[in-house]
Amino acid sequence: MLNLFHPFLWSFVDVKRVLNLPFDEPTAWLIATVMLLLILASAAGKLLDGTSEQRLNTAIVRSFNQRIRSWWLMSAVLIAGLFIGEHGTVILFGLIGFWALREFITMTPTRRSDHRTLFWVLVVFTPLQFFLVAIQGELFLIAIPIYASLFIPARIAMANDAKRFLERSAKIQIGLLICVYALSFAPAILYLDLGSNKQPNAEIDAPVTIEPAANEIPQRTSWSLVKDSEGNDINRNKGLLFFFVLITQLNDVLQYAWGKLLGKNIIAPRINTSRTWEGVIGGAATSALLGALFSWVTPFLFWQAAIMGIVISFMGFAGGMTMSAIKRDRGVKDYGTLVQGHAGILDRIDSLCFAAPVFYHLTKIFFAI
Amino acid sequence: MQLTSKLLVATAKIISGYTIRWVDCLPDTCQRIYFANHTSHLDALVLWASLPREIRELTRPVAAKDYWEKGWLRQHIAKTFNALLIDRNEVKVHQSPIDLMIREMKDCYSLIIFPEGRRNPTEEMIKFKSGLFYLAKKRPDLELVPVYLDNMSRVLPRGEILPVPLLSHITIGSPIWLEKGETKHEFLDRARTAIINLKDC
Repeated sequence: MLNLFHPFLWSFVDVKRVLNLPFDEPTAWLIATVMLLLILASAAGKLLDGTSEQRLNTAIVRSFNQRIRSWWLMSAVLIAGLFIGEHGTVILFGLIGFWALREFITMTPTRRSDHRTLFWVLVVFTPLQFFLVAIQGELFLIAIPIYASLFIPARIAMANDAKRFLERSAKIQIGLLICVYALSFAPAILYLDLGSNKQPNAEIDAPVTIEPAANEIPQRTSWSLVKDSEGNDINRNKGLLFFFVLITQLNDVLQYAWGKLLGKNIIAPRINTSRTWEGVIGGAATSALLGALFSWVTPFLFWQAAIMGIVISFMGFAGGMTMSAIKRDRGVKDYGTLVQGHAGILDRIDSLCFAAPVFYHLTKIFFAI
Repeated sequence: MQLTSKLLVATAKIISGYTIRWVDCLPDTCQRIYFANHTSHLDALVLWASLPREIRELTRPVAAKDYWEKGWLRQHIAKTFNALLIDRNEVKVHQSPIDLMIREMKDCYSLIIFPEGRRNPTEEMIKFKSGLFYLAKKRPDLELVPVYLDNMSRVLPRGEILPVPLLSHITIGSPIWLEKGETKHEFLDRARTAIINLKDC
């Protein structure tokens, strides 16, 4: 009889060594958890789609299945990013930002004389922003809010058309700011060098812990960069980015679910009828819980991760509201239905865009070395 | 040639981000005239690229000779999408472009035409030229399929060289035919309305 508990057998199950994964073990576990959840959710969606139950609202089932599909896509993007390295992830986020801005501008009426300004914004400033993120300078913080914001009205003025000048400038500026600038803070998380207040994890943190000499000030060890057992560098920030995206996306669903379950007090009925105070508070509470639950992939203590969850939740809400207002103003419900057949990336990333800069800065201020 | 054609389709997709929707009309290799509103130089390329491959290979956009024969690149592109070039300055009775089109269609090709005759900078479609009517009269077996191209004028408006990669949308509607006793004016009006109706569906 084969002994399943024989250590020799288990030595083959050292997943990290076998697959030589380019990220740390907690991240691998997080990915495994997400995959499992997605598979379960997909199965549930299939099941719901198949039932002839009259009580189920087909529209809700359809929107649920749509969400699952875009989640698969999002996780595929993130996981692909883990394998192709930091710059690869930046490029993937760049493509997402480009597509989102494309949707935004397509929805926003512009005048014929804005053509060349739009060319600059979509073809020059958008790739440039993600390039600046990848080269890790400070320039990415100011390129769009200062230089692009000044360039846009100047370029429109040169097009010799004064009609609704301020309105046109603002439309293009806000599109670039939300879809590209704000989103670019998400991949920027990868380049932060972070420390941690946690007790050093014997297994992972040990190789970089330097014994401080008696007369030296003890240095905080880098949480971000550790070496695996073979001495290769592992960037643990990838796990942190995964954490951030996961909480943002889960929070979207949680707010919606809480709103559907308990929602009574609609916040702004003329902007969005499905966003309620109950949804926001319920979403924040569950996001805090989830943050604490997943704190093991982050440099945060569990209560710090819970606060991050709350911050992400409120920022996500702000993003959703802002986009709802823009859509309501334009008379469209989803960016996806604007041009038929498109998935509507902007609908999925609005909360991500708003939460990313705040998450980036909080992490940088309190944890960067 | 196959490679450049694939490259051309990919480029068209990236630049215009088109999606295509067939409304009351299915993709088919039968001989058709696709007639569309015309706002951009990219119209012919994008509509051609958006068709399924086996139809695309049998579909020839009708385009202006003076534009597409200028420069090596344009010539090459026109050759790749098998454009049927019409000399706009040489339109005469004895060498009518309609006869040329019918001759070139043989018994297998479909055509893409823009009955407005030129790129239209305004929102409102201008009056159709009569070519569509004569085509319908001489070849009553052809399916005349209306196509509405949305947002192309923003991707590459008249007078611009560099395209802005926004999203565009193509709607293909149900075919029409020339009715018995229908006058030229009535028919062209009906064809124009067929495209306008696709705007909101």
